[in-house]
Amino acid sequence: MAYLAAKGADKQAAVAGLGNVAFILVLCVAAAAIFGATRWIGNSYAFFAAYVVVQYIVLGTAWNILGGYTGYVNFGITAFFAIGAYSSVVLYKLTPWLPLPVMIAVGGAAAALVGLGTGYLTLRLRGVFFSIATLALAVVVQTLITNWDFVGGARGAYVLRPKLAPLIGGEYIQYLYLVMLGLCVVVLATARAIERSALGYGFAAIRDDEAAAEAAGVPTLRLKLIATTLSGAFMGMAGAPLPYYVAYLDPASGFSLNYAVNAIAMPLIGGTANWVGPIVGAVVVGGLQQYVSVTISSAVNVLITGLLLVLFVILAPQGIVGVAQKWLRRRR
Amino acid sequence: MSALLQVSRLGKRFGGFVALEAIDLEVEEGERLGLIGPNGSGKSTLVNCICGTLHNETGSVQFAGDGLDGLTAHQRTRLGLARSFQLPRPFGSLTLAENLRIPILYSVNARVGRHLAGAAIEARCLELLDQVGLADKAQRLPRDLTQIEMRKLELARAMAAEPKLLIADEAMAGLSHAEVDEIIALLIRLNGQGVTVIMIEHIMRAVMEFSQRLAVLVAGRKIADGDPKVVVRDPEVVRAYLGE
Repeated sequence: MAYLAAKGADKQAAVAGLGNVAFILVLCVAAAAIFGATRWIGNSYAFFAAYVVVQYIVLGTAWNILGGYTGYVNFGITAFFAIGAYSSVVLYKLTPWLPLPVMIAVGGAAAALVGLGTGYLTLRLRGVFFSIATLALAVVVQTLITNWDFVGGARGAYVLRPKLAPLIGGEYIQYLYLVMLGLCVVVLATARAIERSALGYGFAAIRDDEAAAEAAGVPTLRLKLIATTLSGAFMGMAGAPLPYYVAYLDPASGFSLNYAVNAIAMPLIGGTANWVGPIVGAVVVGGLQQYVSVTISSAVNVLITGLLLVLFVILAPQGIVGVAQKWLRRRR
Repeated sequence: MSALLQVSRLGKRFGGFVALEAIDLEVEEGERLGLIGPNGSGKSTLVNCICGTLHNETGSVQFAGDGLDGLTAHQRTRLGLARSFQLPRPFGSLTLAENLRIPILYSVNARVGRHLAGAAIEARCLELLDQVGLADKAQRLPRDLTQIEMRKLELARAMAAEPKLLIADEAMAGLSHAEVDEIIALLIRLNGQGVTVIMIEHIMRAVMEFSQRLAVLVAGRKIADGDPKVVVRDPEVVRAYLGE
């Protein structure tokens, strides 16, 4: 028995690997290196393209907290994303001097509240019924924004991007990119910490069998609310810098179907089981989309996502990371 | 002395169908109670009402001196009331050890004065798996298990919550003769460790071997309760099972 316990403890220690603090440091170094590399390319298009990919890592990871870990498929991504974006439009009109990270925090808080409320109203629904309710949420929020004159209504709103980046100098897009990288570090560190905590085990139990989870003592409703709130907050944060990125925001672009499709497709293609999946999916699919928009046409990139999604759902439902893990296990 | 579990005048309907009517049931601490009844007699509904999966419309359930009415299933589990499901419901994407980790993290650690962490949890999971003979499969997934191993996992997961009362809902259905003996031995061993056990079962041999007391449900009513040998000869029970 003692031998078994010791063996188990060894395994636990090996699996745990890096602590959370060490992991954040690694992420920060990686983000700094990536920023340095993008700056070394020295082309402002590189920043615009890389920003989109990093934004999708954040969005995909946010979706995965509810969709992958907890097993509740959210189709209402654009609602949360646009709430973040439009809260920045509101702040830009009222208090334009606020620094961008503060705007992101506000956008995240607004989306978190909507996530909590949506969760409370809809989490009695299971499976596909929950998904339909989130789809309805996206429609409701879009209708509200379209009819809200203060943020431009259907006409849209102009947000003047400052010429120069604060702190680091250079073009403003460099600053947007850096902030998005920082947000990415926060979101990835949170996702990985969840996976290794009691919360992550609770989410997995809910995903596998909600009644059995409840019988094992898991407060399923509370955990699901935590998941919808966190997931919503991160989606809102991902959307908050958008008005500065596009400089002109209207409901059609803020609520674009592309965001919803990509935020679901990227984790599914990369793998939903852990935090690596959304990164792989966003880099592969997002990278391909950027390449195709430049070389072929910007309309083709959605087609690519669709084709890849269908292929993966049929051939490799565990995603790229799942396939890689299987392959490694077989080699051992 | 007051009973560990006290069900009084419990009633549950599904629409116009009366599933349970005015059920009274007491279980003393340390007791082994068998609960039998024909299919559809309300056994599982009673378990679901006791465990909080369903809510009874009338009557009340008292457990260890606490009223359970209005508490959710997870709150009842934390108070010390565990159940196994009739059809095993393992967490399919988690290893066997991780399956047991859930009740430890959420039930045992939720109690005052108890907190397991890190290696202690892993050790406890392995200890529990060892008790049911599944220690060598700790890192496997539930889909690799045979039917009896699945039942054992189900019981081990219920035990991981460290309950005062365990309700085993048809833990032996579909098992072979030797496998039934194994599960009975396991349940009696748990009872020896101080856990009160309610066994719901169709296999009479198992019920008679296991139970100190036997209660019979027929069509949502309790028609007999007492010494197993006396109860099975009760004309009303015989009639319910065999007909006129």
